Amino acid sequence: MKIGLFIPCYVDQFYPQVAKATLTLLEQLGCTVDYPLNQTCCGQPMANSGYAHLAGGCDDNFIRNFAGYDYVVSPSGSCTLHIKQHLHGHNAATDNDASAIRGRVYELTEFITDVLKVESLPAKNQVHPHRVRPLRVGLHQSCHGQRGLHLSPMSELVGNQGVSKPARLLKMVNGVELVDLDRRDECCGFGGTFCVTEEAISAKMGKDRVADHLRHNVDVITGVDVSCLMHMQGILRRQESKVEVKHISELLVN
Amino acid sequence: MSNLSHAEAAAVFNKDEARVDWHDETLWFVRSKRDRAAQSIPEWEGLREAASQIKNHVLSNMHDLLTQFEQKAIANGIMVHWAADAAEHNAIIRQILADNKVNQLVKSKSMLTEECHLNEYLKEHGVDVIDSDLGERIVQMRGEAPSHIVLPAIHLKRGDVGDTFHKHLGTDAGATDPQYLTEAARQHLRDTFLTRKVALTGVNFAIAETGGFVVCTNEGNADMGVHLADVHIACMGFEKVIPRAEHLGVFLRLLARSATGQPITTFSSHFHKPRKGQQMHLVIVDNGRSRQLGRADFRNSLKCIRCAACFNTCPVYRRSGGHSYHTAIAGPIGSILAPNLDMRQNVDLPFASTLCGSCSNVCPVKIDIHEQLYKWRQVLMQEGHGPTAKTLAMKTMASVLESPRLYRMAGKVGRGVLRFAPVVAENGLNPWYTHREMPEPPAESFRDWYINNKQ
Repeated sequence: MKIGLFIPCYVDQFYPQVAKATLTLLEQLGCTVDYPLNQTCCGQPMANSGYAHLAGGCDDNFIRNFAGYDYVVSPSGSCTLHIKQHLHGHNAATDNDASAIRGRVYELTEFITDVLKVESLPAKNQVHPHRVRPLRVGLHQSCHGQRGLHLSPMSELVGNQGVSKPARLLKMVNGVELVDLDRRDECCGFGGTFCVTEEAISAKMGKDRVADHLRHNVDVITGVDVSCLMHMQGILRRQESKVEVKHISELLVN
Repeated sequence: MSNLSHAEAAAVFNKDEARVDWHDETLWFVRSKRDRAAQSIPEWEGLREAASQIKNHVLSNMHDLLTQFEQKAIANGIMVHWAADAAEHNAIIRQILADNKVNQLVKSKSMLTEECHLNEYLKEHGVDVIDSDLGERIVQMRGEAPSHIVLPAIHLKRGDVGDTFHKHLGTDAGATDPQYLTEAARQHLRDTFLTRKVALTGVNFAIAETGGFVVCTNEGNADMGVHLADVHIACMGFEKVIPRAEHLGVFLRLLARSATGQPITTFSSHFHKPRKGQQMHLVIVDNGRSRQLGRADFRNSLKCIRCAACFNTCPVYRRSGGHSYHTAIAGPIGSILAPNLDMRQNVDLPFASTLCGSCSNVCPVKIDIHEQLYKWRQVLMQEGHGPTAKTLAMKTMASVLESPRLYRMAGKVGRGVLRFAPVVAENGLNPWYTHREMPEPPAESFRDWYINNKQ
């Protein structure tokens, strides 16, 4: 099984620890993982701003880097969804590759659940062995992972939608107590360029989302998308809060 | 309507954070009621699918259904008028009033007349219009537009309503008791109902097989108006037509549950023909709808039944208020309808969203609202409605991100600047920094680490 690790551009540059945790976690689960060195960005920043027509170069570069892998795995629901929905080649050959990649790209928890079918995580003691009480973890449901990739049941829909993939994995970690939120799947307001073009609303949404976690005394806020987490971390730091923000891979890795 | 963009108006709205919190909580309460109502119907998702398919059928058979509806309505004794646009719609209504030598009108809720700016038009022509829906009456007194299509005065607190009634109805200064205020409105409207000869209503559903139509209200104000008037004018966008009366069993179950969490609206009034001595007019309006029907990516926005579930769930709407959308129909659905009417004027609206997708999930007729927001963004930018600076920035960004070499260089420089001269980003010119700290830039990228440690 050839796995290509797709690390979103801003994770590569600003959150290398998330990429390392993702790589290590996959290796601990028995995978052999390749990191194609010339990858850059999925093109989503342009596309969500209305400039999908300028993202062709990113598409071509993505296809050059990831064609031929059995699976492309990424620690981001949003970038994964963008590739799944919008990656296109610009001639017959590359479009074939693009179509194959669209069918083989997975968000990390989705890959671990649906492809690796993991039932337990590699042996591990406590998250923090010195802790006397469990680590209270608030799971932020990033919208593109949840509503786009269906990683978790959605509060708007009726009927059985299966279990939450990230929550199921977090429950496998000893010493983690998953906290219920008042609004379990409201958007954090990051929204790509929305965070600067609609700064007032974006920041207010972020403050409100963070407040929900704080009301429930979380120690850590986690999620499948670093972009949402970066946004909430920026707000927590401004508030001089001690609550930590960690990508789910950092909690799952041994 | 204001000249501010959505982002600018939203920033003004957010200056009073306590009020934003109140607005958000109030609408979240409505969304929660909707959830409980939906959860009480095990076949909810099946109902949504049925409604969606009936509406898809309507969109694909619009000509035949409208022709059938017109024939049946005329046979029932209803006078049918066709209006190509808002101006024609308004002129038809003015003519009906003139023919009846009347310059007063009582009107129940109709978002179509808001879209056509009927009230302003009639006022200019010397007609006195009174809105009889309580929320609409309140905003009408204040000279405002409705901020929500189901709850027109949801942006106002009890105290605001008390002040408005004190000024316009002479209630006690400082009164905030809902019962007292509602009673004052009731007495005021009762007089209106008794004296108006012409009553206008909207239309929720027009039934092709019967030529009748259904008007849904919670206050009974539409019925009070038309039962006491000599002339009933009903106005509808042409997409309101449904094939058969039995389809009401799908839509009426969905409408009120999606809107407010009620099982059904208090009044679902069926009109088939004028009573003896009464005139009944039906004005069927296009106003850009055929153009939207011709846009493959956006046609199914015409499935909308105006329940406003997408407003109540939208985290952006709840925190920006309806007036920030500067269009008759606000919220997510308004943001995909408005660019069809005027791209330049509404270029900001498809961007007033994080594309979280909650709107599409609550939509009772399964409009892919957030996907259409994304598609409108592409259309608007490709047609040159983007600011030049944004287009230039995007071109630069694309040329950096598509080149591994430039991307790595820019990343290194960017991290270096943030590490050693954070003031470049941590200042008032960076909108991110207004309410958020910057991420702490690491010394090396993941790629650098990977090359040094893994290869």
